[in-house]
Amino acid sequence: MEITDLTAASLGKKIKAGALTAEDAVRAACEQIRRLEPVLHSFITIDEAGALSQAKAVQEKIESGELTGPLAGVPIAVKDNLCTEGLRTTCGSNMLEHFTPCYSATAVNRLREAGMILLGKTNMDEFAMGSTTETSYFGATNNPWDLACAPGGSSGGSCAAVAAGECFCALGSDTGGSIRQPSAFCGVTGLKPTYGTVSRYGLIAYASSLDQIGPIAKDVTDCAMLLDVIASWDAKDSTSMLREPCDFAGALGEEAAHLRIGIPVNYLKEGLDPEIERAIQEAGEALAKRGAVVEEFQMGLADYAVSAYYIIASAEASSNLARFDGVKYGHRAEEVLNLHEMYKKSRSQGFGPEVKRRILLGSFVLSSGYYDAYYLKALQARALIKREFDRAFASYDVILSPAAPTPAPRLGESLQDPMQMYLNDVYTVSANLAGLPGITLPWKLNRKGLPIGVQLLGDCFQEQKILRAAYVLEQSRVFPACPLAKSDRIKESGEGTVR
Amino acid sequence: MNHQKAHPIRINQTSLRPSEEVARETYAGRISDETIEYIGILAQLELSSEEKEQAKSDMEQMLSYFDQMKELDTEGIEPMSHIFPVENVFRQDVVADGSAREEILTNAPREKNGCFQVPKTL
Repeated sequence: MEITDLTAASLGKKIKAGALTAEDAVRAACEQIRRLEPVLHSFITIDEAGALSQAKAVQEKIESGELTGPLAGVPIAVKDNLCTEGLRTTCGSNMLEHFTPCYSATAVNRLREAGMILLGKTNMDEFAMGSTTETSYFGATNNPWDLACAPGGSSGGSCAAVAAGECFCALGSDTGGSIRQPSAFCGVTGLKPTYGTVSRYGLIAYASSLDQIGPIAKDVTDCAMLLDVIASWDAKDSTSMLREPCDFAGALGEEAAHLRIGIPVNYLKEGLDPEIERAIQEAGEALAKRGAVVEEFQMGLADYAVSAYYIIASAEASSNLARFDGVKYGHRAEEVLNLHEMYKKSRSQGFGPEVKRRILLGSFVLSSGYYDAYYLKALQARALIKREFDRAFASYDVILSPAAPTPAPRLGESLQDPMQMYLNDVYTVSANLAGLPGITLPWKLNRKGLPIGVQLLGDCFQEQKILRAAYVLEQSRVFPACPLAKSDRIKESGEGTVR
Repeated sequence: MNHQKAHPIRINQTSLRPSEEVARETYAGRISDETIEYIGILAQLELSSEEKEQAKSDMEQMLSYFDQMKELDTEGIEPMSHIFPVENVFRQDVVADGSAREEILTNAPREKNGCFQVPKTL
């Protein structure tokens, strides 16, 4: 077994036992990155030298007994909307192409404190606005299972990198499904925690009432362990929640008895890929076999979630992105007549089409005259959707559903019809509107060899329940490793664009 | 999901202006040139004529879909801007990271005498 085939937990164990060093792990990951990046493009910035020097320091601390955590020495990749001190942070945008933060996000600091090693920054849709990673100013990422397909988005770089063994785990962010949907498309496990569980300090804001940072990993155990590292109350994020101390990794066990699982049947309707629908039924059966009570139910208001989400997210984005004016950081237009023109030109040149589309939409729904009809109405719909979930969680511990209506789309197909792309977020946006935790894990491959993921949603602060259910599902199936991650397959799979 | 079939795009020829009177009718209808101009000002974006046309058609399409929310009875429902009941978070007004001026200015597109430099405003 190659080093890059190891999970984060097993790598951490080997490093602790002295069978491998942190430097071995970094070298193996960098070798994989060098081999695969020409066909994948998961990263925007790779910091090999920085990673090697971190590894040296971490290894010394592990040997001296200063670092004892289970993930000490494990290399990790971080989505490029999380600020990293001294390391370029672009948010996938021309606007921030040359931005180097002078501080790190709290989540990144938590990784460092745990002895994890930052390998680089992963590709993403510009300002996390997109569902395919194709809106990135730095070019698309290819799906490691089929290089002609998109990895999903917006955390597509992080998910592709984990699937291809370029890193052992990664951080992403999820505003409307940006961890869960690309995890499904790339055959990896991704978790969006309850809103407020991970500090957003240092996360470049998209929609502040929806944004949440979360782990992306090779399996459920790694996800839980990484969540243990990054979950924290933070004085620097006034929306971070002071939670009861919880041991997420400790919640895993093979027992599913007493878990009540609900499948919202009205989610499984026209428009859903039949293979994905079958996967949901199979996953339900697998949980029932392990002692869970599985029932079908009707989830109300599902049809309004996409509308409410895009109105609220765009409104918040139009406000959050007002800070990019070319004064303090980011792109500044040359040859301008006055200050006002500088703002306008800098923004118009710095932002790509999808970001502009959402800023315009957000400005519209917040403008006087339309505020009540769209923004306020969306906030009311959000309250009603939350109520529907409260009702569902009175009967069920976990809601089992698809993560997306289709498997990974082919590159170049999604951006032609933005509204259709938005509608494909139907299974993921509700969790953000209601603040719920959700996890996606790979279930099987479809006939074309593309991963199919299943999603488990829990009530707020009930990550343990979805982790337990996810672990049970993971134990009840065999999911293959991505062939591209294996060294000898790279030459065969050259159909994607080579950069 | 095939929502678009269920909610065909409705194009209303009435030109929309950012006025209370029009908004009271609450339909998306057609986005006028004036509306796009106005939204461009609010958004601080300079749009080419092609971008304006694209924005108009995109927005018309999105708003026609969003208009399905009108069938939802929200009478008396408190708008939910945040998922948890949040209160102001207070702390002592003590400077904790005030010495980063040099580092912060390294990201400034223009800098002069330790300040951000901008074009003349007068």
